[in-house]
Amino acid sequence: MAGITVLDVTKRFNGFSALQDVSVVIPEGSLTALLGPSGSGKSTLLRVIAGLEEPDGGHVMIGGENVTQQPARSRGVGMVFQHYAAFKHMTVWDNVAFGLTIHKRPRAEIEERVHKLLELVQLEGLAKRYPAQLSGGQRQRMALARALAVEPSVLLLDEPFGALDARVRKELRAWLRRLHDEVHVTTIIVTHDQEEAMEVAGQIVVLNEGRIEQVGSPRELYDAPANEFVMSFVGPVNRLGDTFVRPHDVEVGLEPDVRCSEAMVERVVHLGFEVRVELVREDGQHLLAQLTQEQVQQLELERGQIVYVRQSRETVFTS
Amino acid sequence: MSRWALRIGTLGYLALLLLVPVGFVFYRAFEHGFGHAWHAVTTPAAVHALELTLISAAVAVPVNTVFGIILALALVRTRFPGRGLVNAVVDLPLALSPVVVGLSLYLLYGRVGGLADHGIRVLFSLPGIVLATLFVSMPFVVREVVPVLREIGTEQEQAAETLGARPMQIFRRITFPAIRWAVAYGVVLTTARVIGEFGAVSAVAGTKLTLPLYVRAEVENFDTSGAYAASVVLALIAIATVVVLRAFHPREETG
Repeated sequence: MAGITVLDVTKRFNGFSALQDVSVVIPEGSLTALLGPSGSGKSTLLRVIAGLEEPDGGHVMIGGENVTQQPARSRGVGMVFQHYAAFKHMTVWDNVAFGLTIHKRPRAEIEERVHKLLELVQLEGLAKRYPAQLSGGQRQRMALARALAVEPSVLLLDEPFGALDARVRKELRAWLRRLHDEVHVTTIIVTHDQEEAMEVAGQIVVLNEGRIEQVGSPRELYDAPANEFVMSFVGPVNRLGDTFVRPHDVEVGLEPDVRCSEAMVERVVHLGFEVRVELVREDGQHLLAQLTQEQVQQLELERGQIVYVRQSRETVFTS
Repeated sequence: MSRWALRIGTLGYLALLLLVPVGFVFYRAFEHGFGHAWHAVTTPAAVHALELTLISAAVAVPVNTVFGIILALALVRTRFPGRGLVNAVVDLPLALSPVVVGLSLYLLYGRVGGLADHGIRVLFSLPGIVLATLFVSMPFVVREVVPVLREIGTEQEQAAETLGARPMQIFRRITFPAIRWAVAYGVVLTTARVIGEFGAVSAVAGTKLTLPLYVRAEVENFDTSGAYAASVVLALIAIATVVVLRAFHPREETG
């Protein structure tokens, strides 16, 4: 187990700047998400930490040791790829045992460890199968077991659930969370899905165009976003000129009031407990309001109805 | 209906182009009995031609297999200046008439080559024949392996690297198993070309005869039974190569 320090890391690909002076500290034993849109540099940062990409400048420290010049194989990292990177010609058992056989561990130890890991990832019955005979979720769990087999000091997950369908993705997120509570290895997960980052990670690093926009807990990012980018990336947002309003901070009422402005209901989208109401204000401004089912029932909202809205909370960024 | 037409069409085409001529050669070879054919291929000249062919195959096939894998890896996995040129040059032996290859080797080693002055004979001897077969059979392994390498990508190799594997271990345990059928197929094509090569070899062989050259010489000597019998040997080597490949082919098609 070890913390990670990234110091002034820069990486360019053919003139394109993937990372610009990126510095960040990943605390020991934490589960950190690198969150950003595609092309933000989050995967590149992960690959620089893994040693699969050589930075043009800067340093990477794992457990206090400068590993910038070390090849990936001696960094003690476990890596999981978006498309599983399963060894197709090997059984599940051999996939998981790979790292241990490379390190020439005694056979009894390999047997025991692989057995334990397959149990941990709930693949005990599938040890003799080939990757092609597994579902996507099973393949990714196998890849996780394979990465954990060598007892890495750091676990790196590159969009691990990106290729899976929504339901499996949700299951695996919860499962990863529990796994981390059990194994406690310093873990970094790369994702472009803010919901995934908030659900899984204790700390989120928001990246955009090769720079870090903000580092904080999910709550800090949501409640106190550092800038417009973070504000609009970590959740839905209404932009009213210079001010930003979260949809759940839009209050909808039926009585006119001096503090309110008039708006018309354009659409009501029922998502179960949550109901999204699309509104258009008399000045033409579009607004999204997030209400509960109960509120919508009380207001008896329907399309074309005239309502009165106001913002209970708004954010202005001075730059 | 159209499916039957397709089947009959393909089989008819194959029969007309392949089976009938080869079958005819077999028929003519054994027309005077097996003993006669056996006698024709065990003459010293025939045995010598077979030896020459097998020796050049024994050199050219392994060399071009190893070189082909290395070149394919270089072309797909690395970027170096002139990569596009190398990629094009690899196809040259396929595009160039074998006679031109033979002629260029003849000019190179016969006239300008200082090698002869140092007592190394290339032209009209085994080295010349081997060089010619090496040249014409070079592209096959490369061309079979390159697309497979592209398709498998680098993620498996990177995963192996993070698990502690060194480059040679990665090649042996991850990359090679993934490309082995492409390599095997390339080896079959290389072998076929090496065994059968006529044009390039004929230009540099002089009085030395490989099996295909021997067939031609026998025809010119009006010794058709010798020619037919040697042709049968060539055909049998080709069939054996294909059978060996089939025997090793993946049992589990699930990968």
